[in-house]
Amino acid sequence: MSHQITSEADLEKDYERHEHGGDSVPQTMVLNMGPQHPSTHGVLRLLLELDGETILRAAPDIGYLHTGIEKEFEAKTYQQNVTLTDRIDYLAPLSNNLVYCLAAEKLLNLEIPPMAQWMRVMLSELTRLNSHLVWLGTHAIDIGAMSVFLYCFREREDILRIFEMFSGQRMMTSYFRIGGLALPPPRNWQKRVKDFVDVFPSRVDEYEELLTNNRIWTGRTKGIGFLAIEDMLDLGVTGPMLRAAGLKVDARKDTPYSSYEKFDFEVPTRTENDVYSRYLVRIEEMRQSTRIIKQALEGMPSGSHQADAPGIVLPDREKMKTQMESLIFHFKIVTEGFRVPQGEVFQVIESPRGEVGCYMVSDGTQKPYRVHWRGPSFGNLQSTSAMIEGTQVADVIASLGSMDFVLGDTDR
Amino acid sequence: MIPDSLRDNSVIAALGDLADAAKLEFKELTVEVRPENILHALGLIKEELKYEQLTTVTAVDRYPAEPRFEIVYHLHSFSRKERLRLKARVSGENPAIESACPVYRSANWYEREVFDLYGVRFLNHPNLIRIMLPEDWEGYPLRKDYPVTGTRY
Repeated sequence: MSHQITSEADLEKDYERHEHGGDSVPQTMVLNMGPQHPSTHGVLRLLLELDGETILRAAPDIGYLHTGIEKEFEAKTYQQNVTLTDRIDYLAPLSNNLVYCLAAEKLLNLEIPPMAQWMRVMLSELTRLNSHLVWLGTHAIDIGAMSVFLYCFREREDILRIFEMFSGQRMMTSYFRIGGLALPPPRNWQKRVKDFVDVFPSRVDEYEELLTNNRIWTGRTKGIGFLAIEDMLDLGVTGPMLRAAGLKVDARKDTPYSSYEKFDFEVPTRTENDVYSRYLVRIEEMRQSTRIIKQALEGMPSGSHQADAPGIVLPDREKMKTQMESLIFHFKIVTEGFRVPQGEVFQVIESPRGEVGCYMVSDGTQKPYRVHWRGPSFGNLQSTSAMIEGTQVADVIASLGSMDFVLGDTDR
Repeated sequence: MIPDSLRDNSVIAALGDLADAAKLEFKELTVEVRPENILHALGLIKEELKYEQLTTVTAVDRYPAEPRFEIVYHLHSFSRKERLRLKARVSGENPAIESACPVYRSANWYEREVFDLYGVRFLNHPNLIRIMLPEDWEGYPLRKDYPVTGTRY
């Protein structure tokens, strides 16, 4: 059997011995990378044992961004918790909103109107573009291509403006709520989204022109960061990394949620299983997401943005001021929240990084008994040791970048 | 207890006597096993039922009920496009259970997280140390008797 994940505690001891001497100074060098390192995208610490340029052992040390969000879930009502989910994976806030709301709605047995479902799909795909753009920009800058970053952030700005238009917030949108959407879509949203999707495919061509056949880029990424598919499955890797290894897995196709089954799109896969193929998979995902957004734009059903569920969804402002019952519901929801029937669910969606799972246990009160967040970054990061041990130190940054992790999602 | 409607289920049939209880809620299958059988059950699930990936390991604190902790395993089969929830209940008195690392390597960090935040020990784990909190942290924050607010535990 292949070896277990390298322990950071073991490397820590060698690091100390190396720094402070003693009777048995090791022949190899232990290099401390991070936690404040620009290429670790957050606060990841990496301990590397080097023999010259070769990495003998590598151990990621996480936990620097642990904020106890899972504990906090238990102290807030179901609807309040939506705002916490934004802050877990801060590059894909709407995906997190979605998985949390879907889990709670499953327990509540709520039917979400088609318009809200389609809007959720459209905004989730915009979130995917947003996240992939940040990934591409920073990945390229890590490897040395400065200008791609500027182009990516130009398009990302358009997406953030669309989010602001919908929810009033650029990043921490909290736009999906249990029972539907927080607000009805703004006037003229179609034009803004249409302007964006019309121009975006040509922008993806621009990125590809800069990178895909660039000799430096291919030299730095082709054949780097290989990890056998059996190891990936065993280590809990999901998302674009698995798809770049040739496995066609995507929760949007395998277990459709929020009416994804009504959309026509492909799941891109590659077989090379290296940094370059992961780049190609994500580029193709951007094109497919644009396709989904276009379909949502053209076929957006009309109707309510919230489920017909008095006592769970806040009443209409007008009714709240004219009808006694609505006023009571409003007061009850705001002051004490709503009760969720007993039970447990595990809801999975496909976030930009892979599989996000929300395990929710309810004991029948207004607050969740337990919420466990299965973030894709945590699983993907576990494969670090297996991926980079035995490779060259110069390739560490490229391999790490290809995992596309967010430390907020890892540490929660 | 296993309801009769689930007797024909391939997972329940393959696990045989190992399955202690089972339920199907929200189209999600939950199987409960005794903690001493966990490694055996996971081995069967991986090798015979082809659940390739252990998605996550976590715990639920049922304080003050006894057995206090539910250790919850979520498994995913890509070939069958199915998910499975496996549960084992362990006592609040010196809680410990066999580590799943020999079967699924991804259990490594997940079990460390449960150890860190719940204080459940995983026997034969290759590297059972805190993962999120500092080494010298006192107490286990996700336990129900650990307060949410306050400056000192």
